[in-house]
Amino acid sequence: MDPQNISITFPHALIFFPLLAGLITFLLKKNAAVKYWALISSFITLGISAFSLYYADNKALSGLAFNYEWLKHIGASFSVALDGVGRLLTLLTAISFPIIFIATHKNEFKNSNIFYGLLLLTQAGLMGVFVATDALLFYFFWELAIIPVYFLCSQWGGEKRIQATFKFFIYTFTGSLLMLVGIIYMYQHTSPIHDIAGNLISAHSFALTYFYSAQLTFIEQNWLFWLFFIAFAVKMPIFPFHTWQPDTYEQSPTAVTMVLSGIMVKMGLLGVIRWLLPMFPLAVVKFDYLVIGLAVIGIVYASLLAIRQDDLKRLVAYSSIAHIGLMAAGLFALKQIGVEGVMVQMFNHGINIIGFWIVIDLIEKQLGVRKISQLGGLAHKAPILTIMLVVIAFANIALPLTNAFVGEFMMFSGLFQFNIWFAVVAMLSVILAAVYTLAMVQKVFYGQVNAITTIFKEISLNERIALSIVVVAIFLAGVYPQPLFNLTKDSVADIITRFK
Amino acid sequence: MAIMNAIIITAIWGIVMMFGGVFFKRKSTPKYWAIAGLILASIANFIELNNQHSFFTIELKDMLAFNSFNLTFIAVVLFSTLLLFLLNGRDIEKVGANVSEYFALIFFVLCGISIAATFNTLLTLFLGIEILSIPLYILTASDKRNLKSNEAALKYFLMGAFSTGIMLMGIAFLYGGNTGTPTFYINNINLGTGKMPVMIAIGLVLMLIAMSFKVSAVPFHFWAPDVYDGAPTVFTSFMATVVKAGGFIAFIRLFEHAFGNVQSQWQLLIALITAATLLIGNLTAVFQQSVKRMLAYSSIAQAGFMLLSIFALNDFAKEGIILYAAAYSIATIGIFAILIKMNDYTIDGFNGLGKQQPILAFTATIFLLSLTGIPLTAGFQAKFYVLVGAVKDGHQNWLVILAVLCAAISAYYYFKIIQAIYFKESKTVAEHQWDITPAFKILLIITTVLIIVLGLFPTIITDWLYY
Repeated sequence: MDPQNISITFPHALIFFPLLAGLITFLLKKNAAVKYWALISSFITLGISAFSLYYADNKALSGLAFNYEWLKHIGASFSVALDGVGRLLTLLTAISFPIIFIATHKNEFKNSNIFYGLLLLTQAGLMGVFVATDALLFYFFWELAIIPVYFLCSQWGGEKRIQATFKFFIYTFTGSLLMLVGIIYMYQHTSPIHDIAGNLISAHSFALTYFYSAQLTFIEQNWLFWLFFIAFAVKMPIFPFHTWQPDTYEQSPTAVTMVLSGIMVKMGLLGVIRWLLPMFPLAVVKFDYLVIGLAVIGIVYASLLAIRQDDLKRLVAYSSIAHIGLMAAGLFALKQIGVEGVMVQMFNHGINIIGFWIVIDLIEKQLGVRKISQLGGLAHKAPILTIMLVVIAFANIALPLTNAFVGEFMMFSGLFQFNIWFAVVAMLSVILAAVYTLAMVQKVFYGQVNAITTIFKEISLNERIALSIVVVAIFLAGVYPQPLFNLTKDSVADIITRFK
Repeated sequence: MAIMNAIIITAIWGIVMMFGGVFFKRKSTPKYWAIAGLILASIANFIELNNQHSFFTIELKDMLAFNSFNLTFIAVVLFSTLLLFLLNGRDIEKVGANVSEYFALIFFVLCGISIAATFNTLLTLFLGIEILSIPLYILTASDKRNLKSNEAALKYFLMGAFSTGIMLMGIAFLYGGNTGTPTFYINNINLGTGKMPVMIAIGLVLMLIAMSFKVSAVPFHFWAPDVYDGAPTVFTSFMATVVKAGGFIAFIRLFEHAFGNVQSQWQLLIALITAATLLIGNLTAVFQQSVKRMLAYSSIAQAGFMLLSIFALNDFAKEGIILYAAAYSIATIGIFAILIKMNDYTIDGFNGLGKQQPILAFTATIFLLSLTGIPLTAGFQAKFYVLVGAVKDGHQNWLVILAVLCAAISAYYYFKIIQAIYFKESKTVAEHQWDITPAFKILLIITTVLIIVLGLFPTIITDWLYY
């Protein structure tokens, strides 16, 4: 390649900077140095991400895509680009990590350099998944994002961490391998690549655009749909592929749970948006009732289970299944308003759930318990924390003015246009969400201070900062969500026009 | 006229090593001679691959065929053996008193593999397979005072003799059943039009059985776990990797050149053997407590993946089997090299390794990830190419799905070792006296880097096929 053509583009920087930062972290010895370096590097990543948005507005698209012939003879390339949904999710990833690092700044981890290093590698992997526009590269990142998480959870997690993480890994690995078969099959049905002179370079291609235009029969689409869908459904997770999720969320160290629930579940949604929907339009239309049906069952089922949970982490885990289920339903309904709702909700759900985990981590750190039945009266001890938590709780039940209201309202509208009964059943989740969220707030924060909670102290500065960012983001996106819509306009339009 | 650097050099060096045993005073001398011989053979082989130049010119009557595929394969085999010598040379010295003979036998095996990789007639195939098998019986029994080693060798010998008989029978059928002039040349076997003649079909099935014995494919695998478990661990490492790969190259050569035209008639049979090998290998490996025995079963399971490329027999499959031979051999030799240094071969024996020996632990993890087929490792690329080959063939898509599900099962038992290394604690590892040199650690790291580089750019190997 001509050396003058080599340039660092934004997608590059978003992948390789966290990767490099992570590798540097391994070498650092001092605990404090590790933490500050992780924090600084995550802010730099955020800066890169923010700058890329500025570029996107300027329509100077040259810095947003890059293509390097990686395995030329089989038509695989290192090809990355930032489209609407890519920008949204890289931004979410870039914002989440500083919040996570600030919130867990006072947490002590054994071998903190390995812990933070692995977290940064996870960030690199996630960025890769969100920007890859080559199927083989996508698969690479898809798997690589899991490996550091596997080690993080198994090493620093709770009591049953090894089994829980292993279950999670085997689930996702099986799903991924099925997707790999799907990718290979798709690859065999893409058209050949020629260079400018018309010479054959490769008989097939892994490029996203080639995958979009692959020649598939209806029957092939049908079973390929499931090969891909299972991988994405495990990741989201959608009922009945969700059974790994509550255990893993419960057993993982909280910083990792934030990454898993806030960002990693979006890998599944991104997979549906960028790969599944455009590749198999006929199969999507055929199976939409089935998928939305599963999603709606999951919504109600998870909400009912959430009511019965005594462990705070499991409560939020089930609540998350319900929220993700709604997003999946909103996507497969394929209505303009619903898909727009999914886009903003993907971002907002990440912020809200990270806020939730921060609060739970605080309680667990101070009191050593997460059982709702053992807690009570925290509001007397920590009024500031309570205010923050109440805002996050309101966002969780999608009250107007909070960020989740906009997204959920639009998704329900989309679902309503698709099928009224699905919408009605799914809307039960709003009521159920209010039941379990408010009951939790009431039991944990109000009521009598008991023997356990009497030692609870108000939150410290770093936690205040982290929670303030979350709360500000909740109100900001609740009142003025337009930037998020602008960011993802092209992706939404792309999906909707494909199904017109 | 033909060219044959690797065959001649390995044969000569085997004899040099054997007689050198009389002259070598110190126990460590044979190792250096062996390494020097392998480097020489590798260089000669590379020169041949690079510009078709040979130091030896011998009239072969077209009994051996040399092309870039065969030569690349021999290069992989020589390199893997070199890696084994470098990593575990000291452990070969510990097996018994006749150190230079062990090396001599290994060179004879390499000579056999080189013939088996380049054969062009059924006679040279037989010759190659026998030359590579007989030294292995001796190597398996080399730990003379260990009853398990003796038992394994006897079992191996009897089973090997059995499969040799079947192969000879197959060759006889193929020779006698030929409707034209009887011939041993594999390209000239008359397969008829339409359905194969009965005699040829019987010959084909017998050859298939004999080759399945050699690569330990189910249901002809019963010898493998006992032999691998009983043999001294260094030689297990050699047998499970280099020798198995040698069996595969002979297998794919035979079926491509002799029976390639009637692929549709035997493909289902291979598919069934592949499916059985994948399932039995993986499911049995799950229940093993000894890492050595687990790796024996996993080598059966990995053979299942390599069989996929014989099933498909297209460009991707051929690139895939070379990559697979390289990726699997390197990673397995690496994990065996670490296993040899342990004093407890059970999975629990690895408990706490991460704290005691961080470099061993890290490299072992990469080797295991590569065997599982995680991206960024050579193991992924190997599995990927083989799978592309099988999907491209397109006749038995269920087999591909089965293969990836089996790969998911394999994650279960490989990750059990990773769990033991990092997430479990133990005292036994701490008290263990490690026999490890800095050079050993550096070599392990280089091997790891190699696995990752191959995982990113498999073209480093596959490009040679089109040289």
